[in-house]
Amino acid sequence: MSGPAAVPDPAAPLTPSGNLRRRQAVSKLTEYAATGAAVLAVGVLAIVIISVIQRGASAISFDFLVKGGPDGIGPMLVGTGVIVGVATLIAAPIAILIALYLTEYAGQRFARAIQMTLDVMNGLPSIIIALFIFGLLVVGKKQSGIAGSIGLAIIMVPLIARGTQEILLLVPKAQREAADALGVARWRTVLTVVLPSALGGIATATVLAVARAAGETAPLLLASSTFDGSSYHLNPFEALPNVPIRIFQLSEDPNPEAVAEAWGLSLVLVTLILIASLSARVLLARSKRKMGGS
Amino acid sequence: MTSYGNGSDAPSRLRLRTDGPPPAGQVPGVAPPPEEAAQPSEALLPEAVFDAQQVAVFYGPKEALTDVSLKIRRGQITALIGPSGCGKTTFLRSLNRMNDSVPGFRIGGKILYHGYDMYAGNVDRVEVRRRIGMVFQKPNPFPKSIYDNIAWAPRNLGLRSGLDERVEKALRGAALWDEVKDRLKDSAFGLSGGQQQRLCIARAIAIEPDVLLLDEPASALDPIATGAIEDLMHSLKGRFTIVIVTHNMQQAARVADRTAFFSLQAGGAGAKPVGTLIEFDDTQAIFGQPRDPRTRDYVSGRFG
Repeated sequence: MSGPAAVPDPAAPLTPSGNLRRRQAVSKLTEYAATGAAVLAVGVLAIVIISVIQRGASAISFDFLVKGGPDGIGPMLVGTGVIVGVATLIAAPIAILIALYLTEYAGQRFARAIQMTLDVMNGLPSIIIALFIFGLLVVGKKQSGIAGSIGLAIIMVPLIARGTQEILLLVPKAQREAADALGVARWRTVLTVVLPSALGGIATATVLAVARAAGETAPLLLASSTFDGSSYHLNPFEALPNVPIRIFQLSEDPNPEAVAEAWGLSLVLVTLILIASLSARVLLARSKRKMGGS
Repeated sequence: MTSYGNGSDAPSRLRLRTDGPPPAGQVPGVAPPPEEAAQPSEALLPEAVFDAQQVAVFYGPKEALTDVSLKIRRGQITALIGPSGCGKTTFLRSLNRMNDSVPGFRIGGKILYHGYDMYAGNVDRVEVRRRIGMVFQKPNPFPKSIYDNIAWAPRNLGLRSGLDERVEKALRGAALWDEVKDRLKDSAFGLSGGQQQRLCIARAIAIEPDVLLLDEPASALDPIATGAIEDLMHSLKGRFTIVIVTHNMQQAARVADRTAFFSLQAGGAGAKPVGTLIEFDDTQAIFGQPRDPRTRDYVSGRFG
């Protein structure tokens, strides 16, 4: 064997010996590559946000926010609010029940199967869901906000269910054991111990799903795109004006003013989603602290 | 599943002894003559709350506990001692069916609770635990206020009238009232470990169970908090039938009327050692004149 002896000479100075230099170089290289990748991710987000702000900020005004089309976006904001609101009302209870079933009742094998189904559902292309809703609820009838809501709800269910499940698993087993040992039926324990502990996390998962659904375009393209954006509409049984489709329409318009409006509307959407995501994170951090207890 | 081969003669002698009534009415401090103790008739003894008959516990294919027969009597404190892994906690958790949720759990033999087979088909687990409370090794209060921790079970069991009095009584019973009466609305997590454990005991006695099972309730606590828990046990004695698992032999000697020594014994040919009951007697006898050499070795610290 060449090179230094396996046991270093205790009298040698404390400078790198053997292949330590090479190992340090590899280590540094890996570190830089990883840091670079992380910076790139943040950078892409930053570039998107900055360009949206740059091009969209000039379009923003009070009139822009509250007026109807073609110069304002008020009806789209309200319409998206209604569509996503209804979607949340449909998706959240179902998703929370799924999560409760998975953590509190299901056997291990069955739970894993359902979990995988949820993950597959989460990866389903939104245009497929859109097509499904289109075929089921729109063809032969007419477009409606509620059809869009159901499409969005299908996208939201796996997100909320998985998020809720993760937070339910964080509720310490000792608390369920304590409740069991007091001779109280399981569903009462779920209702009065497990769910209250997890409430913050469930709210977070829901808000994140809302943020995701607010920008989903495909289901609305097929379910709620033939709207009249000039005035406010609230009835979910007709096509409702909404933000993603409006951005799509405006960006297709050859008129440069319309393109500027598209950027303005994008800025509003991105801002709303960012606020929702960030507040969800804060909420989650707070509820995790609370749950951690002692 | 009633008979199990065992490699030692001790359990059979033991079964003889525990099937017959043990000496009772002993003046504390006066050890009974070990072998030829007068055997008072069953009628003179407190009623048997639990009557375990050749209990064996399996987790999947693994036998964790074999051939345990003993009677736990009303109003007494019964301590279960023995080395780690000898099945004392398993036995304790079988007494309120907490093991049911462990995958692969099976029980052999019989546990009679006031004469009813606890594992009979018509027995409801929730009802079992309503009557047989349990306190765990690690304090596990709910993430709620001190008041709500105590009031939770009564509320959910429909004991809503006089809730304030019930909470106060439970906290007084657990010797915690004076320390927390001014901050009942504060989170239970703000209490010290010892206070949390007493809170858990208060929570358990708030629904007035028949039996209290304590699984090493002081093992996570410092000596002062441990002392408080032991004092508490003395004050609860008589009101509740108490079964306590402890690693601390002095603790068993201090609080228990009767002590059961569990240990591992070699299984049949090639089988892994399995936990079993070695000796069950008055506490003074177990610590003073143990009849089984394994008990003697364990209580004198020469355990191996």
